Amino acid sequence: MIHNKETIPQRPAPKGTIGPVAWLRGNLFNGPINSIFTLLGLYVLYLLVVPTVQWAFIDANWVGDSREDCTRVGACWVFVNARFSQFMYGLYPSEEYWRANIVFAMFAGIIAWMVIPRLPFKRWMTLFALLIFPVIAYVLLHGGYFDLPRVSTHRWGGLMLTLLLASVGMIGALPIGIVLALGRRSNMPIVKTFCVIFIEFWRGVPLITILFMASVMLPLFLPSELNVDRLIRALIGLTLFQSAYMAEVIRGGLQAIPKGQDEAAAALGMTYWKRMGLIVMPQALKMMIPGIVNTFISLFKDTTLVMIIGLFDLLGIVQAALSDSRWLGFSVEGYVFAAFVFWIFCFSMSRYSQYLERKLNTGHKH
Amino acid sequence: MSVRPNVRPAGHKPPFWRDRAKRALIFQLILVAVVAAFLIYIIGNTQANLNARGITTGFGFLGNTAGFGIGQSLIEYSSQSTYGRTFVIGLLNTLLVGGLGVLAASIIGFIVGIARLSPNWLIARLANAYIETFRNIPLLLQIFFWYFAVLRTLPSARESMAFGEAIFLNVRGLYLPQPLFESGFGLIPATFVVAIIASIALVMWNKRRHEATGKRLPVFWMSLVIIFGLPLLVLVATGVPVTWEMPVLRGFNFGGGITIIPEFLALWLALSIYTASFIAEIVRSGIQAIPHGQTEAAQALSLPRKLVLRLIIIPQAMRVIIPPLTSQYLNLIKNSSLATAIGYPDLVSVFAGTTLNQTGQAIEVIAMTMAVYLIISLLVSMFMNWFNARVALVER
Repeated sequence: MIHNKETIPQRPAPKGTIGPVAWLRGNLFNGPINSIFTLLGLYVLYLLVVPTVQWAFIDANWVGDSREDCTRVGACWVFVNARFSQFMYGLYPSEEYWRANIVFAMFAGIIAWMVIPRLPFKRWMTLFALLIFPVIAYVLLHGGYFDLPRVSTHRWGGLMLTLLLASVGMIGALPIGIVLALGRRSNMPIVKTFCVIFIEFWRGVPLITILFMASVMLPLFLPSELNVDRLIRALIGLTLFQSAYMAEVIRGGLQAIPKGQDEAAAALGMTYWKRMGLIVMPQALKMMIPGIVNTFISLFKDTTLVMIIGLFDLLGIVQAALSDSRWLGFSVEGYVFAAFVFWIFCFSMSRYSQYLERKLNTGHKH
Repeated sequence: MSVRPNVRPAGHKPPFWRDRAKRALIFQLILVAVVAAFLIYIIGNTQANLNARGITTGFGFLGNTAGFGIGQSLIEYSSQSTYGRTFVIGLLNTLLVGGLGVLAASIIGFIVGIARLSPNWLIARLANAYIETFRNIPLLLQIFFWYFAVLRTLPSARESMAFGEAIFLNVRGLYLPQPLFESGFGLIPATFVVAIIASIALVMWNKRRHEATGKRLPVFWMSLVIIFGLPLLVLVATGVPVTWEMPVLRGFNFGGGITIIPEFLALWLALSIYTASFIAEIVRSGIQAIPHGQTEAAQALSLPRKLVLRLIIIPQAMRVIIPPLTSQYLNLIKNSSLATAIGYPDLVSVFAGTTLNQTGQAIEVIAMTMAVYLIISLLVSMFMNWFNARVALVER
């Protein structure tokens, strides 16, 4: 018997399978068709990236305060600079910006707290965000209490209004969505029918008709002495619209919970609300989080529609700024800036939802 | 120790609020009462408000003369037409942009979705960049971009961008040559229909023959030749009864040919590009949902790669793709209502916009508009459910 006491030293990988050249050959130039595609792709990339970089950075003008400071060869970021505070706060009085800033900061703090996994007291933070923060935000933004001057809602705008519409729509839609989803799965035929009709109605019509309805028909539905603010009307429309989509996400989550869970809880003598609140919902909510984030992203993008009924959200205020006679002809800059802001928000949210999906998946695979 | 028997004395019924069936009944009755009260409240308020403002109700206004012009109409329309006509014009324009949008979004979406899975690193990255860029920017912003930043800044009619001598692009829109059909042209669409029926028959016959004998013909290419070759043959045989009317610059604008208004172009581009990014993701996840074992098993049976894709992967992936694809199509049609922001004369813009403002009959107009979208949603989801049932997995 032959015993080799020493392990044979590992041989290096064959030449041509490692290193950048091999990677290029494996991923970009494996075969004639792929090579053609790669070259085409490189050409497209060249066509897109070079002029964009040239326009947005190299030839761009960054400083100044009027259109004369722009050479017009590249982008005129002076325009965005000059309008920046309007894009953020709308027509909010500039001496009161600090109030909006506090709300912004608290909002960012809450989001950071919820997103960073290591921080404790998530449950208390959720309660704070859902119950106390809206009151603080309202008092600060609207004023009229504690010697704060009142700022009427038609002066609210910009990114502030966009975030406000999306958050309120979301927070309002969640409880309605839960009730609708439970109703749709109920055994009671009338409850089920009502919920199905409600959900399918709001899902079947475009948001813009709902906003038209909220701005044109809602005043007809209510007693004439009740004058509802335009912002509130938009919020009612957005919330109802969002709640139907939310209900479907929640229903999807509820369906993913095995029936045995509910039956086992029923066998222990738990009532319907205890079964839902303590057994089914906590498990389902965990599965629903990615879906909820995704509907939130759509809602966030859909808030731009309120400009059609005359509210100045981020897109609305950019659009209004573009028709300013002192700054005509800078539409590309304005839209690129707005698109960039929206993109940052939506992209990070969708990345977060993907991360959650991966994180939640591990525990649930059988 | 005595065990107390847990039996209720005979004749004692539990109180009605402990009976599940009765409780459900009572709860539902209360719900009906609340909803009815709410509706009565709203209807009462509405009537009071309408009376106070002196607005008449009913659909009589549909017969009145509209008195405003519309930029694009597929059927005859003038400012002397009725409000009812504006409804039809708006509906047709919505369907036009919706239909063409669905077509373009599907084509772009499938190409990008498959490119996303390409083994070519660069192509996959480019596809990913496309998806991540366009689906994270609000649609309305994209519509504005195409309309105000691109199409509105094009040169005037005199300095049009010309593609050959037939196609012109300027700030007023895209000008294309218009085919003028002479007598005898009707034969060509007729041949086209016959060719489609013939190729369906061919496919069915081929399938039966394949099952019976194991032999199969290249039906895809054969039907392609039939569908396009046959009408072409007839076209040549009848001496090409088509002439093209070219757009010509007359004074400050083009005359002749087909004009595609910039509002339509902007809306169509934005809708297609935006929805395509969602469709691409659906296609990608649909293909990835097929376990790799399916491909391996097919390869083990020495099926060629082309057939693996066509017979194994795509039919199974379609099952995953179709339900979310349906909702994207519906989203596209609903999103086409954003037309109103740039003034493309769709249903919402013409009917729920101008007509509503002129007549003031908010309830009737909004109800009709919503009904249209609800009916479209129902029809599309019914069709897709039927299609889905056809391709669904038949489990024993």
